[in-house]
Formats: sequence, structure tokens, C-alpha cells
Amino acid sequence: MDVFYFVVQQTMFFAIPLLLVAIGGMYAERSGVINIALEGIMVMGAFTGILFISEMGDSMSGQGLLILAILIAGVTGIVFSLLHAFASINMKADQTISGTALNLFAPAFVIFAARMINGVQQIPFEDTFRIPSVPVLGSIPVLGDMFFKNTYLTTYVGILLYIIAAFVISKTKFGLRLRACGEHPGAADSVGVNVGKIRYAGVIISGFLGGVGGLVFVVPTSTNFNATVAGYGFLALAVMIFGQWRSGKILGAAFFFGVMKTMASAYTSVPFLKGLGLPNDVYKMIPYIATLIVLVFTSKSSQAPRAEGIPYDKGAR
Amino acid sequence: MNKKNTESFWTSEGFMNFVSAILAIVAGLLIGFILLLVSDSANAAEGFSAILQGGFSSGMNGIGKTLYIATPIILTGLSVGFAFKTGLFNIGASGQFTAGAFVAIYIGVKWTGLGGAHWIVGLLAAVLIGAIFGLIPGLLKAYFNVNEVITCIMMNYIGMYATNLLIRKNIYDQVRNRTMAVKSTADVPSAGIGEFFGNSSANLGIVIAIIAVIVVYVVLNKTTFGYELKACGKNKEATKYAGINSKRDIVLSMVIAGALSGLGGALLYLSGSGKFIQVVDVIANEGFTGISVALLGMSNPIGVLFAGLFIAHITVGGGNMQLCGYPPEVVDIITASIIYCGALSLLIKLFINKVKMARKKGDK
Repeated sequence: MDVFYFVVQQTMFFAIPLLLVAIGGMYAERSGVINIALEGIMVMGAFTGILFISEMGDSMSGQGLLILAILIAGVTGIVFSLLHAFASINMKADQTISGTALNLFAPAFVIFAARMINGVQQIPFEDTFRIPSVPVLGSIPVLGDMFFKNTYLTTYVGILLYIIAAFVISKTKFGLRLRACGEHPGAADSVGVNVGKIRYAGVIISGFLGGVGGLVFVVPTSTNFNATVAGYGFLALAVMIFGQWRSGKILGAAFFFGVMKTMASAYTSVPFLKGLGLPNDVYKMIPYIATLIVLVFTSKSSQAPRAEGIPYDKGAR
Repeated sequence: MNKKNTESFWTSEGFMNFVSAILAIVAGLLIGFILLLVSDSANAAEGFSAILQGGFSSGMNGIGKTLYIATPIILTGLSVGFAFKTGLFNIGASGQFTAGAFVAIYIGVKWTGLGGAHWIVGLLAAVLIGAIFGLIPGLLKAYFNVNEVITCIMMNYIGMYATNLLIRKNIYDQVRNRTMAVKSTADVPSAGIGEFFGNSSANLGIVIAIIAVIVVYVVLNKTTFGYELKACGKNKEATKYAGINSKRDIVLSMVIAGALSGLGGALLYLSGSGKFIQVVDVIANEGFTGISVALLGMSNPIGVLFAGLFIAHITVGGGNMQLCGYPPEVVDIITASIIYCGALSLLIKLFINKVKMARKKGDK
């Protein structure tokens, strides 16, 4: 049973950042802007968040510090994503180009900045955020062990943000307008929706969630930020496509991938998997192969937003 | 008559693109210079001139170094650019590159009885395995409607882990955690090129890369197949009505893109330059550099050639700049800024148009 709890706890650390960032990507794309800059946004968010934790570690600690760092990461993500919004909305640029530029820029800039500030590339930080057991909830049998022990505040923040995001896009006026701008911006415009503003909002939300996602990925899995989020931005992109741009399916996709990834990294503590005696790298490959196989069976009808990637041209209405 | 001609030249699409590309490069370099100034103003001028001079600062050897670095990224750039022409985003160049590199090294280490044909077999095998790595996203896209971006990302990881696994099983140098050295017969011959460029690592590889550029150019611009591919990229529905087998074209486009990346992987490692695949869980960077190269070169094969040379040039410069105490990542920042500013070409076109309008008013 302990193994089971361990796998569940670990899965959270992998799945929550994927979930957050993929949902962020969904907001940008369903407003009509392709955002492959998620990786770069995560790196930037993680950088400022971790830098803040590292610098303030002496005078603050615990959950208060973490919450401030999350906010800083989110704001950084917003600022960085504005570059993408400006290029793709105002300048009608090719969104893949702008996104690629940001992905290239972020890690280089972060290494540059870290070396200028600290002299070295890595930013170490002290992990004062682990929650051994949530009061009261942690003592619930089974569920307490699964979800409220050995955890981080980031897990709950992530789930909360997900619920808000999923609600907003499907149940509010803003969500409806956002979706309209991604499907048929001309129609949205004709009834008085400001397509440019809505698309800005979509990209900004993806920037916020991407930045937070970067920090949420680094905090539980490391004590040292080295200018990388290990390709999680690209994986989140994959999760978003896998989840067909729908919040419910993205939740499923993120956890599918999270579980697979956990199996791959923690297989030595699962007796059955260890007994197979396969090489380490085979386990690491399984999440990616499994995703490909699932995709073959589920992709027949793609539900990509119809107008994504196409700059809105009022004259072409 | 004369006036009309000059006017149409100044307003032509090609000229506009050229001007905006130049302006983007200037802007990117300027951003790099500002960064150097902000972080350490004393050495900024010296560091910046090191970047600008690139390989030229150390004579023929430096130029040779630039050519060697340019070779693989020209090929991954061609790979990404070729797929772009068919409307596909080959973000999987890294995986194709790694797979090609592995097979080339494997053959370089193990198949020792081939004599003079050793390196050719290595290259061909890399082309083949790269093509297979491109085939999978192509097939999934054409017949199962799976978005090629996601397949390519998955293939990058699968390629990286599979390569690590196979290296550990077969050609592992445990002490240094990397691949074994290949036999010297497996190295691409220098053919006098390395010696000409001050005994650098440059070799026949750059010639092979240039031939690849020419072949891709001819295929895209002079053949029916290339025309079909481009039509596919512009409007998939229209090609269907025109009787073009777009499924076949998608698959072939990815296969060719994969083959180019695979070749790039082989050329980087079969060069006697002392480069080895390190066994780490990191995706090869050359594939992503290929995206930058393709974008800078506007997916045009000739453009890709020059973009690859340019990035290699400032990469070598970035290495030299470290002597002034700056991290080499400045070069990546510059490249990123150039690509970003290039995306803002509309801003520049608007500006040129404004100038023209003002002039016209003046004429009246």
C-alpha cells in the first residue's frame, strides 16, 4: 500500500505543472493564438520565482514565501508573454516564429542573468515548503495518505487554478467570447467583441499559468534551478493537443502522462516493475511511446480551434 | 519608364524582405551589445567585436571552425525548412539528428572491415534512420490525423532514451560517460579542406551540406514533386481538388526532412574532431538550432545556407567572447532577438510605406 501512496504523491509533482501549463496553452490557442513559447515562459517564471526564494530565504521561509514566489513567477510569465502577444496580435507575425524566438531567448537570458547576479549558472534554494501531513485532512484513512501527505502547497494551488480556469472558459461570458475568437473571429467581431483584446487576455492567461507552472515544476522536484524545466513546456504543449484543447480531456491527459512518468522514474520502488528487469531507459521511454499509441486511436477528429494561428484581419471579414 | 522600374524594385516583396532581415539583424546585435554594456561596460566593446568577428579573428583556422559548426545546423535547418514548405512543423529534428548520429557512430566503431567505404556507409545509414524517424510522424499525420508537433516531441524523447540505451549496451565509454571513438576510416575525409583552413575540423561535410542545399533547392523549385509539396503547404483542400495525393506528400516530406537531420547528426560526429555523444537525459540542441536557422533563412534553401553560416559565425565569436568574461549565451540571446525582430517585419513594412506616402505627397 505504501508503494501506491508513494506513486500517487509523486504523480502530483509531475502532473500538476503539466496540467497548469497545458491549460494556459489552451487559453492562448482557443483565443486564436498558437503559443509554443510555453517552455520559455516556464523557464522565466521559474527563474524569478526561484531567485526570489533564494534571495529571501534568510528572512522568510515556509508557505508565505512560496505564495509570494508563485505570484512573482506568474507576473514574470505575463510580462514575457506580452512579447508574444504584441508580435502575434499587433504585428500579425507568424506565431511559430515569435514563440520559437522566446523559447530560445529564455534559457539563454536566465543563464546570463544568473551568472551576472550570482557568478554561477545554478541557483540553489532551500526547500522549506514540504508539508509532511496536512492538519486534520492528513489523518483521513487512505485519502489522507494519497493526497494530503508528503505534499506541497503548489499541488493545491495548481488544482484550484485548474478548477477556476476550467470554469471560466466554459461557463462565463468571457470564456464564450474567448472561444468565439478562436473559432470565428469575424463573427465575434461583428457582434462587438474586441478580438485583439480577447486574444491579449488569452495570451496573458497562458503567460500567468506558464510562469506559475515553471515554479510549480521546480519546487517539489529539485533544490537547485539550472535554467531548464526539462522540456516540460513542450510536453505541456503535447498534453494540450492530446487533450484536444478541452479542459476535461487535458486533465485526463496530464494525469495519464504524470502516472506514466512516475512509473518511469520510480519503478525501482514498485516490486512488480522492478521484477521485469528492463533497462532504466526503457521505462523512461514508455510515457512517450504510450502517448503515441493512445494518440493513434484518439486523433481521428481533431478539435483544434479553427482560427488558431491566423492573425485576425478586419478587412478579410 | 526608368523611374517606374526603380520604384517597383524599391517596393518589391523581395526587397522589403531583405531590408527587414537586415534591420532585424542590426536590432538583434544592438540588443546583444546593450546587454554586454549593462552587465560589464568596461569590456563591452571588446566582447562585442569578438562576436562580430566570429571565426575571422583567428584566421583560416577560425573560418574552418565556423564551417564545421555550420555543417550540422545547415542540415537540420534544411530539414525544418523543407517541412515548413509542406506546412509541417518538424520540431522533431533533434530526435532525427540524434538517431542519425548514433547509427553513424555505431557503424564507425563496429563495422571495421569496410575500408574506404566506411564513412559513406555511416552517412547512408544515418540518412536511413533519420528518414525512419521522420516517417513515423509523417504516417501518423497522414493516416491517423495525429498532430505532427506532438508526435515529433514524443519522438525526440524516444530517440534520446533509445540512443542512450543502445550506447550503454554497445559502444559505451564508461569512464567518460560517452560513446567510444570511431575508427579513423569512418571519419568524413578532409579532402584537403581541413588543411586549407588551418588544420581545423572542417572537412568534406560542408561540401555535402552545400550539395544538400542545392538538391533541396532544385527539388522544391524545379520539380513537379516540389510544386506539389509547396501547394500542400499553402492550401491542403485545394491540392485535394487538383488531384494531388497530399497524404503521400506529407509522408515523403517528413521522410526527407528526417533524412536531412539524420545526415546532419552523422556529419557532426564522424569528423575526427573529438566530439562524442554524452550519455545524458538532454535532447540534442542542434535540432532546435535548426528551427532558428530555418526561420532566419525564411525556409528558403539558399537562405538556410547563409543563416547556418551566420549562426555558426557568431557562435564561434561567442566562444571567443568568453575571454572577456561574458557567458556565451549572449549569442543565443542575439539569435533569439534577431528571429523575434524578423517576425516584426510588418512594423518595418509599415514604416517603408509611410516614407513612400510622404514622398508621394511631396511630389505633388
